[in-house]
Parts: sequence; structure tokens; C-alpha cells
Amino acid sequence: MKGNEAIAEAALRAGANNYFCYPITPQTEVAEYLARRMPEVGGVFLQGESELAVANMLFGAASTGKRCFTTSSSPGISLMQEAISYMAGAQLPCVIVNIMRGGPGLGGILPAQSDYYQAVKGGGHGDYRLPVLAPSSIQEAVDLTMLAFHIADKYRNPAMVVGDGMIGQMMEAVEFPEKYIEPPLPPKDWAATGAKGRDPHIIKSLFLDPVALEKNSQVLHEKYEQMKRDEVRFENYSVSPENEALIVAYGTMARICQTAIDELGSEGISAGLLRPITLFPFPEKQIYDEASKKNIKAVLVVEMSMAQMFEDVERAVVGKKPVHFFGRTGGIVPTPEEVMSAVRRSLGAESGAKRPRKKS
Amino acid sequence: MSETPDTTFKRPESLRDTVTHYCPGCTHGVIHRLVAEALDDLGVRENTVGVAPVGCSVLCYNYFKTDFLESPHGRAPALATGFKRLRPDMIVFTYQGDGDLASIGMAEIVHAANRGEKFTTIFVNNAIYGMTGGQMAPTTLPGQITTTCPAGRDVTQCGYPIRVSELLSTLATPAFIQRVSVHSPQHIILAKRAIRRAFEYQLAGRCFSLVEVLSTCPTNWGVTPSDALKWLEQNLMRYFPLGVFKTPDKPKEQR
Amino acid sequence: MSQYAATFAGFGGQGVLTAGQLLAYSGMKEGKQVAWIPSYGPEMRGGTAYCTVVVSEVRIGSPIIRNPQCACVFNRPSFDKFVPWIRPGGLLVVNSSLIDVTTDRTDISEILVPANDIAMQAGSVKALNIVMLGAFVGASNVVSFKTAKAIVQEKMGAKREWLPINLKALEEGFKLAVDSGKTKVKA
Repeated sequence: MKGNEAIAEAALRAGANNYFCYPITPQTEVAEYLARRMPEVGGVFLQGESELAVANMLFGAASTGKRCFTTSSSPGISLMQEAISYMAGAQLPCVIVNIMRGGPGLGGILPAQSDYYQAVKGGGHGDYRLPVLAPSSIQEAVDLTMLAFHIADKYRNPAMVVGDGMIGQMMEAVEFPEKYIEPPLPPKDWAATGAKGRDPHIIKSLFLDPVALEKNSQVLHEKYEQMKRDEVRFENYSVSPENEALIVAYGTMARICQTAIDELGSEGISAGLLRPITLFPFPEKQIYDEASKKNIKAVLVVEMSMAQMFEDVERAVVGKKPVHFFGRTGGIVPTPEEVMSAVRRSLGAESGAKRPRKKS
Repeated sequence: MSETPDTTFKRPESLRDTVTHYCPGCTHGVIHRLVAEALDDLGVRENTVGVAPVGCSVLCYNYFKTDFLESPHGRAPALATGFKRLRPDMIVFTYQGDGDLASIGMAEIVHAANRGEKFTTIFVNNAIYGMTGGQMAPTTLPGQITTTCPAGRDVTQCGYPIRVSELLSTLATPAFIQRVSVHSPQHIILAKRAIRRAFEYQLAGRCFSLVEVLSTCPTNWGVTPSDALKWLEQNLMRYFPLGVFKTPDKPKEQR
Repeated sequence: MSQYAATFAGFGGQGVLTAGQLLAYSGMKEGKQVAWIPSYGPEMRGGTAYCTVVVSEVRIGSPIIRNPQCACVFNRPSFDKFVPWIRPGGLLVVNSSLIDVTTDRTDISEILVPANDIAMQAGSVKALNIVMLGAFVGASNVVSFKTAKAIVQEKMGAKREWLPINLKALEEGFKLAVDSGKTKVKA
């Protein structure tokens, strides 16, 4: 199944029977798929006039207490930041999927990971965070999209799934669970359902009283701290005490690094991979622990963007080991061979004209 | 013994017993009451959700006794669309000012109207930005002085005020659109009928409905409350004629 | 073969993406790991379209393959673009109805398939992608003919009148590749 269609079906099976959208490459197949599927399940499908409007339709939809989601790609996600900030402030759950393309500006349409900062550092204005999930295969795109709905409801916060263009366009085998089984969630007793026999529910992010606003921000902050404790997800590949190099990469990029690690192994270079699955909360402690191991000489961050996640890894490693960066962007996907060279360079095993970029 | 209908003047059930933050002489309070009376009359208070704008009436959720969403600036029609599509059984209304609806939110209102979203918009037009302290609005009259057009609105630079009701009436999609005023008791009675009619169309699932209410802003117009009512009648009403611009029954009905 | 990658390339409208998808489905049916990645965007609209399919017995790492074992080229621009990328020892399947050149590479095997002509004889020129798929299956043995046939029946069975044409196209392509003798397959 194509990634975009798999994400659409996953959302449907996680209980989102409504979808507001605006077309943008490379995620338009989600809209095309749901334009057919929503009527079949009696759901709501609506193509809005802009991403700005769509994200605010999501705001309205989320206020009903029903599960809802939208998908877009980088420039469209920028336009959605207004409503995302409002929803975070008003504590509304929803899921936003960003199938990232190269930027800034109109950029290109090919795969990239250049919205890392936007996704994990806020994106819109104000003191808020989004839980951010980054699948590296179509199966994982399905699983994480479903999980995103759960996390959003659990924390009453918008959740984001980020995939690069390849996740949207690639076709792989997927299995859908018959029914999405999840731990129980608290009732949505905050939703706007009509003030019948109760005081009106006001869904808002406006707190003119600074004491009240600070309190709201503290409530949000506590949620993010809880996410850091309970929601960190990551995967190790080929991690062993013999590793000399630790690669940190996420999404499709991590799979390219796996191939590089296998090939390096046949050259006698032992490298392991730590793949963050949650970009926020970030697996800081796990990266620190791996980087601290005795044999590790260097940490290499590989991205399809220009040293964005690099900063988080550097922060996690706290100077324990040198942290290097290798990345391509603009839609150019690094090859396993390029990653292999970067690993050799970061270990000082390859003297080339290009020195590894080392920030610190 | 025959029962006499209770004609005591009371606070509508759909309004809270509270003091508003509106300036003396502002007509928001009157318009709030008309909306509340319409909700009471139709018996829908407990099944209604309002969408508040950004502007002076941003806090209107503190005055209505219905569920409320607080929207980003101009996006109330998008929120209302999302909500109503998921809950077509509920009554949804947006309450928006001229800056909110006709400037930053023009795309959202035009497209919501054009899709024929089954909610009601109360569009309060007082030709100025009130909350931010009296700046030029898209409905500010030619020559009208505001803090951002201190020499008066220059139509060669800023264009002419936008007649929202007329503009939306050009859409082919059926709708109910009427412009009313609240500067005199007779006009308030007519405005109440229009607002009630708008909600009736929604209740019947007929169409998008919008009532544009000409309103005052004594503070930022720099006049007394009573002069503001006169100014509205003598200036605003000349440029923004009252009337029914569109109904789903007879598209061309004019008054 | 633990992992095999093939690129299908041609004009938009020649069915290259579909041919690749059918290969991916076939691999899936045989219980293998598969990944299918298309080119996308404006280049899809009438320009060159291509996709890469990875069929693997192990977990697929990088789904982006610079040097595939095989390229199936449907038109001349694709020939020029993709032939240099084929891995040494690899396979080139050429639609010789539209491409009047052959490769001078000696480290790959080449098979010439007049796909448009065969498809026309099978009933419609539109089936040229299935001819190419058949030839690829015959020459590479990445999936069995039986599986490919079952997938064509399953995925293209909705248009009833087209099915016999597509099956014929698949078979003719397959036969041509097998008969050409450059394959490991026993007929």
C-alpha cells in the first residue's frame, strides 16, 4: 500500500471519521483516498479553501470531542501553525501529518526532513510543544498514525506525524489491525456538546489575566514533562559494545543508515544506529547512554536537512563525545555510500578534501 | 381563570447575569441580547455553540450562556464549518466584527457562504477596529478619520469600504443575507426579526445565514453615545443600505 | 538473491508505475519484503516516469537504490538515463519498439523486447507494460511467472475484457525472455 493511503486508512481505523484538507504535493493521495473512503463509512470529507482554513476547521471539529486529523506538506503546515498554537493553548486533541518536502519557501517537492525545528520546537507562537512521531516504513506510518490519536487524546494536545516524501509515496506491505486497541482514555467531558444541565463549556486559549495565563502554561508544561517521562520511543540497530561510531538518524534516513552500517561491517568498521521514533519527546538519555560507551569514538547525525536534529543530539551528548553532522537536503537523499564515507571521516579513518562538519 | 402570558421584561435565558466590558453607548450589548432572545425563542440554547471572534466581542463567551469556542482572528467561519459538519444536529453561530470578518477573515467567510455551510453569522459592522483602539477597517467610510488614516480614508490608496452583504449576495449558493441596524427601537425590532429568521433557516437546515448589523463605536468615533446613533443613521446607513439581499426562497428579494 | 532492485522507466502513460506495482505485489505474494518508490510531482505529468522496486528476503534498509540490478526502459530518454546506473552483472530490458539503440556495456546482459508490437498482437498497445513485466520476470526470475500471472489476474481482473489481453501480453513477454536464452530460467 502506498504510504499516503496507508496513513489515511490508519486514521480512519483509529476512529477519525472526518477529514478536512487542502491539496499539496507530496501528500495529495491522502485526500484522494479519503474522498472515496469517507462516504463509504458515512464520514465527513471537506476540501477547504486554504490550509489556514483547514487547520481552523480542525479546531472546530476537535471541539466536538471527536477524533479528527489533517495532512499537509511543509508550506501548508506553515499556514496551519496559527490553529495548531490555538489548539495547543485550548488543549484540543487532533493529529496533523506532515509529509515533508524541501524548503524554505516553496522549496521543492522531493523528500526532505527540513521541518524538524518547526515540528519539535513549537512551530507556532507560545509556550507549547507537540508530540512528534517519525515513521521509517509504511507499516510504522500506520502504527504511529494510530498511536498519535491515542497520545493526542491522552494529553489533550495536537500530535504530529512527520514523514518525508518517501514515506508518502513509497509502497510497502502493511497489515492493519482489525480494530485499533488502545488503553482506556479519560472521557472528553470538556467538549462543546451544548450547555444542557451544566455550565457552558468555553474552549479558548485567551487568558487576559497573567496569573491565569501562566497557570495554563504551567499545565501545558507539566504535560510535556510527563511526555518526556512516558512517551520516549526509539529503536536501536546493530548496537553493540564493539561499536566505534553511533549514528543518529530518523525516518527513511535511518533505513539508509542501516544499509550503510551493514556495508561498513563488512569493512570491519563497527557502527550502531539509534533511531528516534519520537522527535519530541527526544530520546536524550538513550543517546547519552549509547554515546558514553567506552568504544564509541564519534557520534554522527545524519539528516535530510542542515543540522537541525544535530542540535538536539549535541545537547543530549553534553560534550561526552565529538558529534558530527552529515546531511543532504533540497530533495537529495544521501546514499549509503555517502553515509559510509561520513562515518569513516568522523572516525578519522578517511582523509578527504572535505573535513567533517563539526559544530561545537 | 385564563392564563396571562408573562410579559415581564427579563434577562434572556441565553445571557448570563454579568457586567459586560463594553464601552458606554456601544451597541454590542443590544446585539447580544437580540441573539440571546432568538436562541430563547427557538428553545435551542442548550444545543447551541457560539464562535467568538478576535476584536471587542472576543469575550462574548463570558456573556452568553451557551457553549463557546474562541477563534483565531477571522477564522470563526472555518471553526464553525468544522464543528457544524461534525454536529449538524447542533445550532452554530459566529459573532464577528468588521475587521475580523471583512479583513483578515474575508476568505473564510466567502468560502463558508459559498459552500452553503449551515450556520449563522452575526456580522457587527461599526466601520472601525474597536479593540485595538480605532484603526481603519475595511468598512471605514471614505474620508472617515481613524488612527491609521488620520487625514480620513483615502479611497485612492485604500479603496472603498467593502459592502459585505452585497458581495456575499453575488454568490450563486442559496443563503439568507440581511443588513439591519440597531440605532432606534424600531430598527432593533426589525433586527431581532432578521436574527431570528437567520436561526430559523439554520434550524431547518436550509442554508448559510448572515445578518449584518450596523453598530456604533462612540469611543473610537470620538462622539457621544447619542451622537453615535445619529452618525450611524446619517453616514453608515447611506453607504450600507438596509435590506434583505438574499433569501433561499427568492434570490433577488429586495427591500 | 537476498535483495533485488529493478527500475521501470518510460513516458508517463506507458504504465511503468503499474508494472512496478505488479512486481511489488508479486514479491509480496511470495512472502518477500517489498518496497516500491515512484518519481512524483510535475515530472509525472507526461514527462519521464520511473519507479524502483526492491524485492528482498531480508529487511529492506535503504529503499533508495542508486544502482539497481535491472532497468526496464520503455523509451529512449529512459535508456539514456538509466543504463549507466545498472550494477555490473545486471540486466537491461529494452522496449525495442521505441528504442533503436543497444547498449555498448559488456558487463550487463541485454534483452530486446518489441513490447509495443507484442502488445498490439495481444490485443492492445496499452498492454506494453505487461509485456515488459513478463520479459523482466522471464529474464530475472525474481518472482515466478505463476505468481506474476496470479497478480495480474487479481489486480487487473476488474476490467474483464482487458484480462485476456494482459495475460497474453505477460505470457508473450515471458516467453520471449526465456527463449532469448540469456536467462537462468529453465523453460
